[in-house]
Amino acid sequence: MTETEKKSGLSRRTVVKGLGATLGAAAFAKAIAPLTTWSAEQSVDEFLQKHYHELGPDEMNKVIARLEEEAKTDYGADVTISDPKPQAGVKFAYALNLSICIGCRRCAEACHKENNHDRATGNSYIRVLEMKKGSLDMEQGRVDYQGPVPKPDSFYMPVQCQQCDAPPCVDVCPVEATWKEKDGIVAVDYNWCIGCRYCEAACPYHARRFNWAKPQIPAEEVNPDQGYLSNRIRPQGVMEKCTFCLHRTREGKLPACLEACPTGSRVFGNILDPESEIRWVLENKRVFVLKEELGTKPSFYYFFDE
Amino acid sequence: MNKPLAAQSAAAPTSHLASYPRFIWRMLVMATEGNWLFYAWMIGLSAVALVGLNAWATQVSQGMVVTNMSDHVSWGLYIANFTFMVGLAAGGVMMVIPAYLYHDEDMHDVVIIGELLAIAAIVMCIAFVVVDLGRPERFWHMIPGIGKFHFPISMLTWDVIVLNGYLLINLHICGYLLYQRYRGRRPNPKFYIPFVFLSIGWAISIHTVTAFLYQGLGGRPFWNTALLAPRFLTSAFVSGPAFIILALEAIRYLSSYKVGDGAIRILVNIMRVTILINLLMLASEVFTEFYTGGSHTASARYLYFGLHGHDALVPWIWSSIALTIVATILLLRPKVTKHPVMLITACILAFVGIWIEKGMGLIIPGFIPSTLHEIVEYTPNGLEWRVTAGVWAAGLIIYTLAIRIAMPIFSGEVSLAKDTARDV
Repeated sequence: MTETEKKSGLSRRTVVKGLGATLGAAAFAKAIAPLTTWSAEQSVDEFLQKHYHELGPDEMNKVIARLEEEAKTDYGADVTISDPKPQAGVKFAYALNLSICIGCRRCAEACHKENNHDRATGNSYIRVLEMKKGSLDMEQGRVDYQGPVPKPDSFYMPVQCQQCDAPPCVDVCPVEATWKEKDGIVAVDYNWCIGCRYCEAACPYHARRFNWAKPQIPAEEVNPDQGYLSNRIRPQGVMEKCTFCLHRTREGKLPACLEACPTGSRVFGNILDPESEIRWVLENKRVFVLKEELGTKPSFYYFFDE
Repeated sequence: MNKPLAAQSAAAPTSHLASYPRFIWRMLVMATEGNWLFYAWMIGLSAVALVGLNAWATQVSQGMVVTNMSDHVSWGLYIANFTFMVGLAAGGVMMVIPAYLYHDEDMHDVVIIGELLAIAAIVMCIAFVVVDLGRPERFWHMIPGIGKFHFPISMLTWDVIVLNGYLLINLHICGYLLYQRYRGRRPNPKFYIPFVFLSIGWAISIHTVTAFLYQGLGGRPFWNTALLAPRFLTSAFVSGPAFIILALEAIRYLSSYKVGDGAIRILVNIMRVTILINLLMLASEVFTEFYTGGSHTASARYLYFGLHGHDALVPWIWSSIALTIVATILLLRPKVTKHPVMLITACILAFVGIWIEKGMGLIIPGFIPSTLHEIVEYTPNGLEWRVTAGVWAAGLIIYTLAIRIAMPIFSGEVSLAKDTARDV
């Protein structure tokens, strides 16, 4: 050490500085190691992928092929991802009969399975509030109710994404990763979202969820019929939300939560079709929407029978 | 301070191609030189910053599940610190207004201390937003042209513009002034005075826009008040001057540079007014929440007294109020400027008080109770504290280096003429 020092004419101070810099660089590399390992696992195609609206049909096919392959390698599941488009002349709406909902939470459970939610957290897009009869103030409600339902002094109010016509979540997104589709559904591009969670703060209905970790689902429990904008397994670190099961409803089927409901409380359909059941409910029942005073214009209605 | 300039300018080479690289190199050299205290301070800060970097790297690879945030309280310590730091950046301009708007000569010598603070604080703001992102590698989605920039609808895009703009303006002003001083030239007012005035308006905008991020959300009644932006500015003009006074006192005791009493007196006078207005606004807010009552005021009840047995934030907010009141009493004493210990105590108390109020005391209760009136509490965990400490350490590194470089150049101790003379 001292030899080289003398030969190259380095001062002691420079050597100490150099040593310090080397140590610093080594410590830096050590500190950032988890990130280096992680970034090696990320796909370059995913990183460079364009926004949903910018993808041409060929590019979309490639993206879907990649995602299907990832589902195979990461989850051991053979899945089919489709990208159904909104149909002309269709605008979806949902109504829920609070007089007959018994609060069994089967809708929430069906959502959990249908939408490939993380098994560890038991996530679902639906939260069911147990409300005391005589009040519509949510402060009087609770979601952690237990015991046999329905309780005689209570009614039950499931809440999920209201698919607002003036959605605050869409307004606040800084990168247009969430938007309103032509049939009224508010969609998220899971491969474009940066995970800032501003939409989660903006939503007045607690409808949005964040993927705090990579979802865990056993291969045999993965729902293989997946939509690009809906129930495909979400990446870590991005937002997700209820899409009225668009992979089903755009193909003429009903949302999973409706099919699971044992009481028939749920009514779903095309609000532009005068013959539809949802139209009948809106025309003949005294319906209301949640937090109407906020001006969000929900497409989700509640009503009582009498 | 201007005396040595005339003598030096004759010897200095005029070509920017030669003198600018020299200026950059000289700054780099100065940044790595100092006494043992400087080295100890910088090594300590670097260690904390690296611990924070490691915690953040873990968070990115394993997901934000390693934090204590949840779908109910989806912003936590990071965004709390971000909000506070925007205030600190805006507060830095409180040095600029007296210096340039009122031509106060006492302030001219130290105005750069405030502008450098703005630079360090903005870098910390940006860092606090980046560590809060679930997918930080997708930041390019926000770049206009190659990404999608949801302007002007999303307030967050406004914030991106004003924060980066403020950073650039202050970098330009500080860089230009330092370079001209280094060259031994009198700065040309045309190249910086317009930017100084721009930065004054811009400082107001960064904190206003940041307040708008929250106050525009109808679903969060705690934030949905028109008082939010004015109160942000008022508290910024407490925390900014408080930090600058602490920095000036540190420079005074740890270096040979002279810091006049005039600048500190002006800053104390500013704080005396702003800290009182801030308390008045607090009273106004508390009155509205508690006299009105009802479910829209549940967050305030949770914050100040706890709700249904949940009271994690109660000690925070009462500490904040107590700290602010004690700081106010100390600051209002006529002799505070003559007693450095009292002044430093007052500034630390005010700074910490505002840090709680604009951070944990503002962001967290916005989420409690949730929009469906569930109560899920939040307390930051060790990893979040490590990341936060890391960002603070990185910010302090930047600020220390900036002052370390700026002071010798501004005092004429380091200049191009002297450097050239030494070479020959």
